[in-house]
Amino acid sequence: MKKVYNRIIQIAGNVITVEADNVANGELAEVASAHGTSMAQVIRINGRKVSLQVFAGARGVSTGDEVRFLGKEMQVSTSENLLGRIFDGSGMPRDNGPEIEKNMVEIGGPSVNPAKRIIPKNMIRTGIPMIDLFNSLVESQKLPIFSVAGEPYNELLARIAMQAEVDVIILGGMGMKYDDYLKMRNTLDQHGALSRSVLFMHTASDPTVECMMVPDMSLAVAEAYATEGKKVLVLLTDMTNYSDALKEISITMEQIPANRGYPGDLYSQLAARYEKAVDFDGAGSITVLAVTTMPGDDVTHPVPDNTGYITEGQFYLKNGRIEPFGSLSRLKQQVNSDTRADHRAIMDTMIRLYSEFNSSQEKQSMGFRMSNWDEKLLKYGERFESEMMDLSKNVSLEDSLDMGWSILAECFEPNETGLKSELVQEFWPKN
Amino acid sequence: MNTVITGTVTGVNGNMVTVEFDTTVTQNEVAYVIMDDSKKGEIRLKSEVIRVRGKEADLQVFEPTNGIKRGFKVEFTGQLLSVELGPGILTKVYDGLQNPLNELAEIGEFFLERGVYLPALDRTDKWDYTPVAKAGDTLVAGDTIGTVPEKIFTHKIMLPFNFRGEWEVVSVAAAGSYTVDEVVATVKQGTEERKVTMVQEWPVKMPIKCYEERLLPTEPLVTQTRSIDAFFPVAKGGTFCTPGPFGAGKTVLQHALSQKSEVDIVIVAACGERAGEVVEILREFPHLDDPRTGGKMIDRTVIICNTSSMPVAAREASVYTAVTLAEYYRQMGLGVLLLADSTSRWAQALREMSGRLEEIPGEESFPAYMESLIASFYERAGLVRLKDGSEGSVTIGGSVSPAGGNFEEPVTQATLKVVGCFLGLSRERSNARRFPAIDPLDSWSKYTSFIDNGQIDFARKTLRTGSEVNQMMKVLGEEGVSIDDFVMFMKGELLDFTFLQQNTFDSVDGGTPEERQKYCFAKLVEILETKFNLDDKDEARSYFNGLRQTFIDWNYTVWQSDEFKAKEAELTEMLNSKKAE
Repeated sequence: MKKVYNRIIQIAGNVITVEADNVANGELAEVASAHGTSMAQVIRINGRKVSLQVFAGARGVSTGDEVRFLGKEMQVSTSENLLGRIFDGSGMPRDNGPEIEKNMVEIGGPSVNPAKRIIPKNMIRTGIPMIDLFNSLVESQKLPIFSVAGEPYNELLARIAMQAEVDVIILGGMGMKYDDYLKMRNTLDQHGALSRSVLFMHTASDPTVECMMVPDMSLAVAEAYATEGKKVLVLLTDMTNYSDALKEISITMEQIPANRGYPGDLYSQLAARYEKAVDFDGAGSITVLAVTTMPGDDVTHPVPDNTGYITEGQFYLKNGRIEPFGSLSRLKQQVNSDTRADHRAIMDTMIRLYSEFNSSQEKQSMGFRMSNWDEKLLKYGERFESEMMDLSKNVSLEDSLDMGWSILAECFEPNETGLKSELVQEFWPKN
Repeated sequence: MNTVITGTVTGVNGNMVTVEFDTTVTQNEVAYVIMDDSKKGEIRLKSEVIRVRGKEADLQVFEPTNGIKRGFKVEFTGQLLSVELGPGILTKVYDGLQNPLNELAEIGEFFLERGVYLPALDRTDKWDYTPVAKAGDTLVAGDTIGTVPEKIFTHKIMLPFNFRGEWEVVSVAAAGSYTVDEVVATVKQGTEERKVTMVQEWPVKMPIKCYEERLLPTEPLVTQTRSIDAFFPVAKGGTFCTPGPFGAGKTVLQHALSQKSEVDIVIVAACGERAGEVVEILREFPHLDDPRTGGKMIDRTVIICNTSSMPVAAREASVYTAVTLAEYYRQMGLGVLLLADSTSRWAQALREMSGRLEEIPGEESFPAYMESLIASFYERAGLVRLKDGSEGSVTIGGSVSPAGGNFEEPVTQATLKVVGCFLGLSRERSNARRFPAIDPLDSWSKYTSFIDNGQIDFARKTLRTGSEVNQMMKVLGEEGVSIDDFVMFMKGELLDFTFLQQNTFDSVDGGTPEERQKYCFAKLVEILETKFNLDDKDEARSYFNGLRQTFIDWNYTVWQSDEFKAKEAELTEMLNSKKAE
């Protein structure tokens, strides 16, 4: 028998306080108000006073409303039937399908024993040259996509979801525009990627509290699949919205803010999520790609700054392209030596020449005379940008490498590239 | 006598639990919150008393607190948070509370389930014990009772550090093979008799002070990283910090130091950082040959690993656990290097707790007492003379991760006040791929190098002038500076590329021993002092590029090999070809 309490003594923001006994920290409850029933979660106990965050928000909750404690924590199903389904931030179906209550696990479980991790060694091919060739994504890696509002980061995630060579995709949306959500769902559906995906979607119009559940639910499902040996890729968008939700609740709870209003434990909270990325010793793996929009394009803002300290590199998405300079995959060295003999050489040479192109371009815009070499670089830069940096491509790594060689061959003589003679002999396009 | 002091939970806020206690509690004592879980039975969650107010005590729990209810029982132990000291610590991988992670991995699942604690030291391993003390001897805390071999070291079994006053040895165990729990000596003081085993416990937040006196650290610690050894040296028993923005190579530098530094024992405290980085140490050190001892790296390493996703209160404890283990081995007359990555995460753990306690915040809401805690942590480093006359040292190197890469923030500033050496990593250098990214103009050290001071000063002056010329050229263009100034700039760059920069991942260039550093630095200074016959800047540039390339190649050759000598001759010839009369 579940106990029901109806003495709500405080309502502030999305947090209500009720007097109750025998309540566990983190326990779920149902708040029934005139405007419907919502889930809520215990976030603080102080004597008989129990504070709960109400998922649907406290608007319309009356002091006389009933709070029914459920005696369990937030759980999510990890059954196989989840594939192809879409849920909201409280775990309810969003696609008119049935509720699934098989293999329920608690979300936000304990941390992986570091002794059970292995050094990552497998590359995840995405078919996008700027990732595969220049900053390879590695199984178990956690990488943010630093971007600003207006950039096509969701399109990029959708493309990765369609092309990445993994078993399962978990897509967690936080504070997404409804249109973006629909677009994403349709894209995945049309390209047949929905059947290997699980979507947890919190849209901008949904209650803030539900936003905070999305990463934990996505990662709990990912963990369950990975321990069964699956290669899971978790895509999250947008972690800045998640951090803002944390900020909102902590301010409501009258916690002392640290930097720009964010709670002092922002680093730990983000790390607890990102660190779920893992390559298990003797099972599958979880890889995390998370969009982090930078307010004001400022990388020292607390959210991208803390994220940078947690993740293993970062992609900068700017002007619709993955920036070749700031972007870095810290784990790429683990995998790009045994793909093809020319991989590292092409990677280094093309980036070096592209940076020379940038300075030539600068010279040109300042009105300096262009030398022969500058002209070559300008031609090269244009080709590089239009072919290599195109994010709507799906080419294998080998084809990207060949494409690299043909761009180089069209623009330069072999000795101008600084590539090793053996490689030139083997790979430089004849004729 | 044996009644356990208990209490009941009255409140939960994040990882802080408020408990109403029955009789007395001690500040910082360990308590267990006893959870009654329907599925898993009783779970005991380790916690520490951090504040007492009236009949209520606030506890920080070293585990997730979900599921805790008001009314749950709490047991107080009366013991401060302690670690076990004894043979078998080396090669171990511990979490912040000295739980052995490899052993946990053997019994458990993939995850660190809460409330599962294992003894830090193996209870079944046998150790070859040789007694040193004899019946009738008078001992004080820290005196050697006997020894056991642990890897390549002689591990001293000492009279426990918390034994006050003089104790007379009643009996000692004969030489033989014992487990850590077997009694190896009986001692008495007046009428009180105590049995001593190979294990003792010590509270982590108190320094071990069973030595004769502290000495001034003067002897350089050879790290084999050239820019540190020559320009910003670290002394044995000294302290240093490496602040830097993300991506500046803090962790790579710490890994290099852990492998190449000429010390006996390395303790790596991965405190609130990425698990992936620890895994690299964890998986690689057991296979990595240790050129200094002929064994494996792991044989002289202890890893304390409380990564960012592990409970935050245990993160706070982890740096203390690490430094206590370091002090323990110092008591045996060994040189210990403690590398803490990163102290900012530790400070953030303090901030989180302080926020829960609703204390009045200081700058950037770090607690006001953070500075004194940082100071007392670094002060636990030091060179000491032990009671038997031998010397031992603990050197502490902490990395700092300043928010936004800005060194003005409180943790960096508090650290700079107490350390003897500041190795500032700059984003500018790391973006230019100049590794290690230790800024040669901003960093400083209060210790002295093994390289001649006059040479260092000269080199530093060259570097500074070169950088000034570079600034000038940014404004005026290359045409705007004289050929002499330009040569100065090229000399500065030469110094940077051939000496300050080092390829950590190369087997030769990755670590430069003292002798070679002295030799190569002398050669470099000779080049820097030379006046050259160079007509124009293009000629100067191509000449110096040639010098630079040859010098770098020289760095990659094996010390005193034929290639080494050939490259050196080539370098000398190049130098003489343009020397002004």
